Amino acid sequence: MLLIKCPWCGERPETEFHYGGEAHIERPENPEALSDEEWANFLFMRSNVKGLFRERWHHSNGCRRWFNVLRNTVSHDILAVYRMGEKPPVIEPAEENR
Amino acid sequence: MARYSIYSIARNALKHHKDWPRQWRSPEPKPDYDVIIVGGGGHGLSTAYYLAKEHGITNVAVLEKGWLGGGNTARNTTIVRSNYLWDESAGIYEKSLKLWEGLSQDINYNVMLSQRGVLNLAHNLGDVREGQRRVNANRLNGVDAEWLDADGVKEFCPIINTSKKARHPVLGATLQRRGGVARHDSVAWGYARAADERGVDIIQNCEVTGIRRDEGKVTGVETTRGFIGAKKVALVTAGHSSVLAAMADVRLPVESHPLQALVSEPIKPVIDCVVMSGAVHVYVSQSDKGELVMGAGIDSFNSYGQRGSFHVIEHQLGACLELFPIFSRVRMMRSWGGIVDTCPDASPIISKTPVNGLYINGGWGTGGFKATPGSGWCFAHTVAKDEPHPLNAPFSLDRFTSGALVDEHGAAAVAH
Repeated sequence: MLLIKCPWCGERPETEFHYGGEAHIERPENPEALSDEEWANFLFMRSNVKGLFRERWHHSNGCRRWFNVLRNTVSHDILAVYRMGEKPPVIEPAEENR
Repeated sequence: MARYSIYSIARNALKHHKDWPRQWRSPEPKPDYDVIIVGGGGHGLSTAYYLAKEHGITNVAVLEKGWLGGGNTARNTTIVRSNYLWDESAGIYEKSLKLWEGLSQDINYNVMLSQRGVLNLAHNLGDVREGQRRVNANRLNGVDAEWLDADGVKEFCPIINTSKKARHPVLGATLQRRGGVARHDSVAWGYARAADERGVDIIQNCEVTGIRRDEGKVTGVETTRGFIGAKKVALVTAGHSSVLAAMADVRLPVESHPLQALVSEPIKPVIDCVVMSGAVHVYVSQSDKGELVMGAGIDSFNSYGQRGSFHVIEHQLGACLELFPIFSRVRMMRSWGGIVDTCPDASPIISKTPVNGLYINGGWGTGGFKATPGSGWCFAHTVAKDEPHPLNAPFSLDRFTSGALVDEHGAAAVAH
């Protein structure tokens, strides 16, 4: 089980949270101008990274707020937690290759 | 290659079983092939077999980064069925089930298919209506299906708790009698042996690290054992589909999640069918060794780690005890995880790609094992003819652009 540090509530077990998938997918500015390919890319295509992955979590059984997590999808190590709207932290290459 | 039969067993018994030939060669990679299949799981090996058998293409290599059947092929709960709702799904899964039914004879390898019947339980009025609708849809598609009421369920599988006082009472179930289980290792080994016999090179411990292209056309793959040229490259790498596709700059609509399963200590035969419940969320069968084999849903987060969280197992064992109070003192022996690549519509991708000569078979999510023969059969056609077979045309990559999704999420017999 993951131990996730909510930016507001601190460390809590994974069962208090719901997963929100890949982070930083921006809704298109001009939806009516999009081609079918661009829509498919926004709606369905995902980076599905093996390694460092930026993802959203929702503290659904707690403060009910969304936030972002930087997690390694192989080791499951959580390297950073940051609030919505904040820039993802820069990770040293050494840490990335862990 | 020597055929397996009762006579070969008798002959080898006289030699104290010391002279069995090895089942497949372990060749050095050739400089180039007509087709390279990346991934030596069940789907990759069956693709190689049907390429050789149905299309006469034998200059084929299967590249596997580990060992044969060391991935999801050996990590699933071995359930075989074809009772899907939509016409497209029924088509490909029923094709697969028909191939299963003749598979042991076809590849001269006992895959131990046991058509013991698959129950999908209904616990509320919504489930009942959905189940009866699915039975009717199945029959229209030529898939055998029956509806059982609660008494019928009790008769078919006496150890299920059908008490009306249960938290999630059993109101009925769909039954596919032709469904059941098969021996997963045998499927990988049997296809490997049969493909090898027809000239396919199976190369283990050979990881693909890059896909070389020239003017939008595939020319071969970089591997840990050097460059190997190929006219066509077929990716069949399940949980790692995105990683491999990214090597050719192709983006996929899949996300990789852990899917866990577990087995109990071996006990005497108590359950002679497969029981699945989407609502309380567990599926159970008993292996030939006597272990109860159980599985349920995926862990929610993306992962390539082949392990999941304990609370997911806790949840599925709670569901199991709700259905089978008799199991309350059975001890669990092992649990494990595999990485499944799930599609947004819970249907697979068997398709050409924007890159010329590159094909992909993936996105099977939690339900790939049952499709092993049909998936390989359709994919072999797609690779050989450079166009999809009518059975897998609905599962092309372009459905995510056209919007013609095959939404099996709630429609499949168990929640994906």
